[in-house]
Amino acid sequence: MEKEIILETIDIKKSFMVGKGREITVLEDINLKIYSNEFVSILGQSGAGKSTLLRIIAGLVEPTEGQVLYKGVPLKKANAKIAVVFQSFALFPWFTVLENVKVGLVGIGLNEEEIHEKAIKAIDLVGLDGFEDAYPRELSGGMRQRVGIARALAVEPELLLMDEPFSALDVLTADNLRGDIIDLWKEGKMPAKAIVLVTHNIEEALSMSSRAVVLTHNPGKIKAEIPLELPYPRDRNSRDFKFLLDKIYTILIKSPEEIPFLLAAGRYQFLPHAKVGAIAGLIELVHDKGGRVDIYALSSELSMEVDDIFPLIEASVILDFGEVREGDFILTEKGKNWAEADTLEKKEIFKDSALQNVQLIKQIMQVLSTISKHRVSEEFFIDILKNHFTPEEAWNQLETAIDWGRYAELFAYDYDAGELYLEEPSTIDM
Amino acid sequence: MKIPISIPAETFKVRAIDIAIFFIVLGILSFIIYIASEWGTPYERTVEINLNPSNIPQYAIQSLARIFFAYILSLTFSIWYGYTASRSKIHEKIMIPLLDILQSIPVLSFLPGVVLAMIALFPGKRIGLELACILLIFTGQVWNMTFSFYHSISTIPKEMREVVKVFKFNKFSKFLRLDLPFSAIGLIWNSMMSVAGGWFFLMACEMFILEDKDFRLPGIGSYIQTAANEGNIEYVIYGLGTMILLIIILDLFIWRPLIVWSQKFRIETIPPEEERESFVLNLFSGSIFIKKVVDLLNNTINKVEKLSYRKFSLSGNPVVNRLSKIMGIISLIIILLVIIWAILKAAGLVSNISFNDIITIIKAAFYSLLRVFVALLIALVWTLPVGVYIGLNPRAAKILQSIVQIAASVPATAVFPVILLFLIKLGGGLDIGAIFLMLLGTQWYLLFNIIAGASAIPKDLIEISRAYGVKGIRRWKTLILPGIFPYLVTGLITASGGAWNATIVSEYVSFGGEIMHTAGLGALISQSSASGNFGLLLLSTCFMSLTVVGINRLLWKRLFIMAKTKYVLE
Repeated sequence: MEKEIILETIDIKKSFMVGKGREITVLEDINLKIYSNEFVSILGQSGAGKSTLLRIIAGLVEPTEGQVLYKGVPLKKANAKIAVVFQSFALFPWFTVLENVKVGLVGIGLNEEEIHEKAIKAIDLVGLDGFEDAYPRELSGGMRQRVGIARALAVEPELLLMDEPFSALDVLTADNLRGDIIDLWKEGKMPAKAIVLVTHNIEEALSMSSRAVVLTHNPGKIKAEIPLELPYPRDRNSRDFKFLLDKIYTILIKSPEEIPFLLAAGRYQFLPHAKVGAIAGLIELVHDKGGRVDIYALSSELSMEVDDIFPLIEASVILDFGEVREGDFILTEKGKNWAEADTLEKKEIFKDSALQNVQLIKQIMQVLSTISKHRVSEEFFIDILKNHFTPEEAWNQLETAIDWGRYAELFAYDYDAGELYLEEPSTIDM
Repeated sequence: MKIPISIPAETFKVRAIDIAIFFIVLGILSFIIYIASEWGTPYERTVEINLNPSNIPQYAIQSLARIFFAYILSLTFSIWYGYTASRSKIHEKIMIPLLDILQSIPVLSFLPGVVLAMIALFPGKRIGLELACILLIFTGQVWNMTFSFYHSISTIPKEMREVVKVFKFNKFSKFLRLDLPFSAIGLIWNSMMSVAGGWFFLMACEMFILEDKDFRLPGIGSYIQTAANEGNIEYVIYGLGTMILLIIILDLFIWRPLIVWSQKFRIETIPPEEERESFVLNLFSGSIFIKKVVDLLNNTINKVEKLSYRKFSLSGNPVVNRLSKIMGIISLIIILLVIIWAILKAAGLVSNISFNDIITIIKAAFYSLLRVFVALLIALVWTLPVGVYIGLNPRAAKILQSIVQIAASVPATAVFPVILLFLIKLGGGLDIGAIFLMLLGTQWYLLFNIIAGASAIPKDLIEISRAYGVKGIRRWKTLILPGIFPYLVTGLITASGGAWNATIVSEYVSFGGEIMHTAGLGALISQSSASGNFGLLLLSTCFMSLTVVGINRLLWKRLFIMAKTKYVLE
């Protein structure tokens, strides 16, 4: 089949202004081509800007720099030929299934019969016949997302965009719906010429799409594009599948060598949102398993999603408790010691490691020990962090640092006053 | 596509209810014609309120019409203001604090301006005074509806708003399919509150003294007040009874069905634990006539929507865009000019204010503040135990809640004359009497919120404290007070707003032909409005607005944030 470029992004950059003229870059240097008959998945951790990228492609968000070309023409607004399926389904609870599906057809200039016919066709396509008059609240999550898909397909889009469409569903329901979509796709029943799927689930991308675009986070950049040519239905236990899984896992986790490089480039170290308790759980588990595990095997054993397990692994890497090689997570000597230590020793090891490796904790300690009353409002640090992160992320960063600092007994936090303080200022010397 | 009205289609028989509905429609028609014929008449300076009880129905209908028109005006204004405020960050930054200030201005402060303007506009016609009365009621009911609508449309989930963009809705479709349904529940609740507020201020709006001239409109509010002035308790009770009956009928036939119907606009997709029922709505759903009307309405709206895509899809047109931009700038300039003009005028009015007046205002503000706090305190003392008791005992709640609801629906202003009679007999002046009057208007907000808070305390927390034998004061300190805190704060905020508004009608009362008043900001505002001292009126209004907004910012807002972060039960 001939390959036609449906959509193209050229040097897309998206950044947000945060106070005092500083800006935070979410996406950078995004050059992406979507061809006809292609099922592209955009993979990345949360915060990698993949949903923002999807919204730029949909014409919902304007890029700060660069442009989107739809069939060679710059895309300015939402285009009737591009439909979106949303993570939260975004159905109108006050409309029936049929009315929800008709929603996109009203403004096109069709008459009532045509609208009805197209809506019914789309409902049949996703297997919802018989539920036309049901209200969304009467349906299960999987059926609701089917309505969302039918609504998008009813307008017969050329490009179908899906934003984490299965992540609000339970495992079995999600699998079932994925299977149905792949069937429609390969049987050519999809009205759309191309599909773009945004997901953080590597397995999902591998089992569904024909190309995976891997985004790294902070800032979101395309790190790799991997063609997926395995025949459908894809066997998750096959060697090829597992090889690709490992490959993508390794790409997705930032190597420790990258961190000093980022720091040198003036970027603030990003703390993964991981609680100490969870990090300890992971390290001890890996230690019990001999100090080296396959990340994919681990995540399926713990039935944890990438979004849950990656922050733990990244935190371990930052703290020098572990490293990632070829899709495996390996404990360092320090990590092994930490796993074996008793409660008090654990705190000591963690404290040393955090003071050595965590920029934010270092900074907090410096400020707290220089100020005479050894007490500083959280707002002070938030203001610093806001120069590097979105306001929401700034709070996440500080929350993580407080959790780590409290555990290490480096500093304490007064929730009511919103202040960080040193408990025994004299014993700390920086 | 249908508009969001759905009614079971099983019955196509003409039922008794259809005949009833026919008469209701007939009634509404004759009501409209009657109102039109009444309002067109020239205004006589001395409208006599005839106390013969046979006139009560006619008066009640006229009052109802005023409240109805004021409500329609409020609804239209709310939607317009809410949309405009959400158009951009700049609009929002100006319009939302402005709303806060407008809300704190008591109805009576608008009175002279509105009345004089309307009478000037329609000289010698009664419609001028009618419109003034409607506008006054409007200023009493519009703000909370506006807040509600604005809040609703600004909390529409991001993805829902994106659906509208992806599927290319035009403005009309967006309003009809997303914004209106999304805000329906809040808007209906607040409409109910607002109309209740309309009854509250009816007495002040239908009969007042301005620049020493006596203005009266025939209505149930002026009827009760006239009866009270003549000391005729029997007629007061007739009037009051009619008003309460009207309120109960409205509740039964309009608000309750609307609230039940609006449940379909709940945004969470989980079915509620308890389905609300409305017997009237069930009755109406069986009517073939209603079904026909709903179908007709649906079809018309759908046709209008389709048309809107053809005829009015002007937004893409660059000429239209530029034109609307220019219009926006022109209207902004006009608004600015009006504001400057108003400020200059105001400065002129205030210029003859003496230093003594300012001292008087400050003193008055202090007394009113004291009264508001005492009223809140008294309300708290009785509503806290009663509310918690009702909230924690579902069985008690079933019986007591409906009693409380009826008691709360009686507009406090209408009961004032009766209460005043007792107060006068007891010999305590209005100094203390005003506190009781304020209490009447505000305690319900607290009570309802406390009931809601107490019934929301998780069962396991209650059981745990029982298991550990936590009792008495410790139980209140560890379980109940923290548990109901967010609700308590919400109740206090609403109650304090209500109390401030009530200072106007409770610190200055005309009764039995004479005027009773006490030192206070509310009294000062009423007094200066009656005597036409506009400088004093303006200054004391500003002072009240400042006090109310200041207390909101300094006290309530902080408590509210604390309630939302620390005492939230997740």
